[in-house]
Amino acid sequence: MEEKKLICIGCPKGCSITIKHTGKTINEITGYNCDNGLKYAENEFIEPKRIVTTTVKLKAGTLPFVPVKTREAVNKEKIFEVMKVISKLELESPVKVGDVVIPNIAGTGVDLVCTRSIKKVS
Amino acid sequence: MKKLAYDLVVIGGGPAGLASALEARRNGVKKILICERAPYLGGILNQCIHNGFGLSYFKEELTGPEYAERFITEVEKSDIDVKLGTMVLEITEDKQIIAVNRKDGMFAVDTKAAILAMGCRERTRGAITIPGERPAGIMTAGAAQNYVNLEGYIPGKEVVILGSGDIGLIMARRLTLEGVNVKGVLEVMPYSTGLVRNRVQCLDDFGIPLLLSHTITEIHGKDRVEGVTIAKVDERIQPIAGTEQYVSCDTLLLSVGLIPENELTNKLGCEMDQVTKGPVVNEKRITNIPWVFAAGNVLHVHDLVDNVTQEAEIAGKAAAALITGKMNKEEKIVAVTHDKNIGYVVPQHFDALNNQDKVVKFFLRVKNPDEDIKLVVKDNANKELLSLKKSIVEPGTMITFNLPRQFVTKDTSSIDISIAREQAE
Repeated sequence: MEEKKLICIGCPKGCSITIKHTGKTINEITGYNCDNGLKYAENEFIEPKRIVTTTVKLKAGTLPFVPVKTREAVNKEKIFEVMKVISKLELESPVKVGDVVIPNIAGTGVDLVCTRSIKKVS
Repeated sequence: MKKLAYDLVVIGGGPAGLASALEARRNGVKKILICERAPYLGGILNQCIHNGFGLSYFKEELTGPEYAERFITEVEKSDIDVKLGTMVLEITEDKQIIAVNRKDGMFAVDTKAAILAMGCRERTRGAITIPGERPAGIMTAGAAQNYVNLEGYIPGKEVVILGSGDIGLIMARRLTLEGVNVKGVLEVMPYSTGLVRNRVQCLDDFGIPLLLSHTITEIHGKDRVEGVTIAKVDERIQPIAGTEQYVSCDTLLLSVGLIPENELTNKLGCEMDQVTKGPVVNEKRITNIPWVFAAGNVLHVHDLVDNVTQEAEIAGKAAAALITGKMNKEEKIVAVTHDKNIGYVVPQHFDALNNQDKVVKFFLRVKNPDEDIKLVVKDNANKELLSLKKSIVEPGTMITFNLPRQFVTKDTSSIDISIAREQAE
């Protein structure tokens, strides 16, 4: 049996989790302190995912950029692909928290959404 | 000079100011004014566009701007007054707040109470004295975060980060995503000072090296940074001769700690804690001046905004009790002391006979990382009131615990908090 150690990023506690596995089959997970930790360990072993946060250009807003995030975590391998799509975007103001900037970004199945409401310059 | 009158003035419109104002409003304070220096509410959360906020307070994961917007929306819906672009210049002994902005000019506000919520600022190059040239391209990690996330400017192409504080780690990832070559993060201590999750998802994810027990001994470049000399340090934090290495870069970011912003507090003459660099407070977050409260990073630097919000609500509720005449007079002060393994504890004292809250909430930081420790709270009769076990403690992660009121009697004059490695049984 092999062993993989990882640190949970689900919350700032940073629990040390140990996964005992045989090849790609998980035998035992220990060291987590909540359901999120267990889920994180499983997902991190099968398919590591991260939420991507960055900014998008905004036309005629009270601020020049609006912060955005992928609504759910996306495959870690896809992060730079997501960033490349985002770098070409420009939004019209006003924007509101939760507005979908682009659905299913870079084929991840996850929507990119605004994380701040910004008014149009009056 | 224009004169205004409010029941409560909150200085600072960041997470601490917003939460304390809202809590005071919920507890019956009618006329509240928030003075904010920036042109918008939300404070530093506006540039913290990454996720990881709100897990304990909202039980969901939010980005900084989303976390801020929940409170801003509440404030906008309420009758709390807000003055933006407003700099508070002085808090006077006779309960007056002197402030200035473009619209009102200089003005005075008579108030019944004030909540200090000014937050903190970053330590700069001057605070850590790195020898070498004085070129452009050296800035704090927070300044770079402002440029990248709010203004849309990239500070350089090749970056070295000194200090493993959270903002430095967050910026290592942020700049990497924007195509910048982040060459590494140097930490003078033998452990990372930022949150463990940030080490994992900001450095490990992108293969950015973290060099512990390393520092910068020289900055090179006349007009613009051209490189830095890095070196290993010994256990006394002194550079070891012969370990120097040259690293080329055009930008140096500093993430070397935060200091509570207490100019107003000092000028007013509040008693200060030399370790936290914030005012000394009781469990209601009242300073030694009975109408002045403090909460958030102005009091002590937090690592989680969720804790700031909780603390601000304590201050807001207590300010409301004072203003509405429901505050019990402090009758019996219990001093809080701690052993040398603990860096600091907030609050520094509390009222033994106050029965308005069932528990006293404590925030503390350890001095050094340790494992399998037991935290023990004893009273002046050496009776153990409380103990809790922790598998891992580190200075970068604040510890909080609640002391139930029923454990404190009229004979309690002080409590002592200690931390020791658990003995194997």
